[in-house]
Amino acid sequence: MPEPDDTQGFLARWKALPVDSVPKTIFVAAALCLFCSMVVAFAAVNLRPTQEANKLKDKQLNILQVAGLYEEGIDIPEAFAAFEPQVVNLETGTFTEEVDAANFDDRAAASDPGLSRPLDDDPAGIGRQSRFKTVYLLRDDAGDLDKIILPIHGYGLWSTLYGFIALESNGNDIFGLQFYEHAETPGLGAEVDNPRWKAMWPGKALRDENGELKITVAKGVPSSGMEQFHVDALAGATLTSVGVDNLVRFWMGENGFAPFLENLKAGDV
Amino acid sequence: MAQTRRTYLVDPLVDNNPITLQVLGICSALAVTSSLQVSFVMALAVTFVTAFASMFISMLRNHIPGSIRIIVQMVIIASLVILVDQILKAYLFEISKTLSVFVGLIITNCIVMGRAEAFAMKNPPIDSFIDGVGNGLGYGLILMLVGFVRELFGSGTLFGITVLPTVNNGGWYVPNGMLLLPPSAFFIIGLIIWAFRTWKPEQVEEREFRIQEAEAH
Repeated sequence: MPEPDDTQGFLARWKALPVDSVPKTIFVAAALCLFCSMVVAFAAVNLRPTQEANKLKDKQLNILQVAGLYEEGIDIPEAFAAFEPQVVNLETGTFTEEVDAANFDDRAAASDPGLSRPLDDDPAGIGRQSRFKTVYLLRDDAGDLDKIILPIHGYGLWSTLYGFIALESNGNDIFGLQFYEHAETPGLGAEVDNPRWKAMWPGKALRDENGELKITVAKGVPSSGMEQFHVDALAGATLTSVGVDNLVRFWMGENGFAPFLENLKAGDV
Repeated sequence: MAQTRRTYLVDPLVDNNPITLQVLGICSALAVTSSLQVSFVMALAVTFVTAFASMFISMLRNHIPGSIRIIVQMVIIASLVILVDQILKAYLFEISKTLSVFVGLIITNCIVMGRAEAFAMKNPPIDSFIDGVGNGLGYGLILMLVGFVRELFGSGTLFGITVLPTVNNGGWYVPNGMLLLPPSAFFIIGLIIWAFRTWKPEQVEEREFRIQEAEAH
């Protein structure tokens, strides 16, 4: 076999190398990684606007549904324009101008050290909590407050449930509750989406006349006088029900929207 | 050639089914089959990934160094899976909300790797593509069968449409909650394997050893 002489070009020598040689192995690895990363990056960048639009539309749809304004076939962004988004500072319970309501992302803020705080008392299992939350106010034709939509989230059995709770203008009566993202067991925990279960929420109240937080999700028949604060747990989904109970009580409590709701009641915001 | 390509496509449906005979991809078959709609999209996604991964790996098969063979296959498969996930998020948002976790897991689906390693590394691209489609469909067939049983008896619905009105919704049917939990798929897959092997006895493996008959003393 003739020795490969130096007169051969670089390409020819490269071709003559066996596939398993070290230079070719490195070359294949590098070339493949480069190519695949380009394909993936291209897809991710190009599809992002569509994905973001989907997410936004889904969120708006859920806000409309929880406020009872959704009907089949309506134009979602147009109907959503009826809402007035406001960012609330949870500690003071007042609207804030620190962040811009139109571009504020609650969920991203929860992992931003500058905008969030770690929780010591964390029944909802969320770890960190954003100091600011976007709430949506719905006003009637006269300009008076009609409904308040508050974002809530917390851990169920497998996943974090993200949703909204709609309150009447007195800040105490529940108008509706709906989750827009979760990964609970289909048929069991995922029954949080069941319209029949969601229909138990309207008309319940958060607090009694002494201002004590009474709302609870629990199994069985409530004791007398408690019917107003009792939502029956989901059959076969104890841990999801406990999760919903915890997260509703957490967000309606002192670390959640309680200061804001008090201010609202007193007419301070 | 036409004959063999046909068999690449048809064989994995029953005769060489990836789940019931090769016993691959069981993990995802347990996870996604509690509703038919999710099973269907998962089947499509796996078929897409298996077919294209096999084709690309087959195209590169003469240039893939043996020492990094598996990792090269993984990179190709993972890229395709991310692509599928991104497309689902952009165009089938509702489904991607429930499926996103599992789509990521296609990377670890043994069927994709199994076909790449067993078939695509030794066969030309078009054959590999067809083999991938066939195996994806074979996987999908079992997924749909399992999903049918689980959704019908677990939730009383098919593709989300009520067939047996459940007690929760004011009907008469008390759903079988166990069918909604992943282990129930084990039983159903076991029954399907039994049914297939009764129908096609040649799928039954030879016993590895036989208990010797006792001699009378």
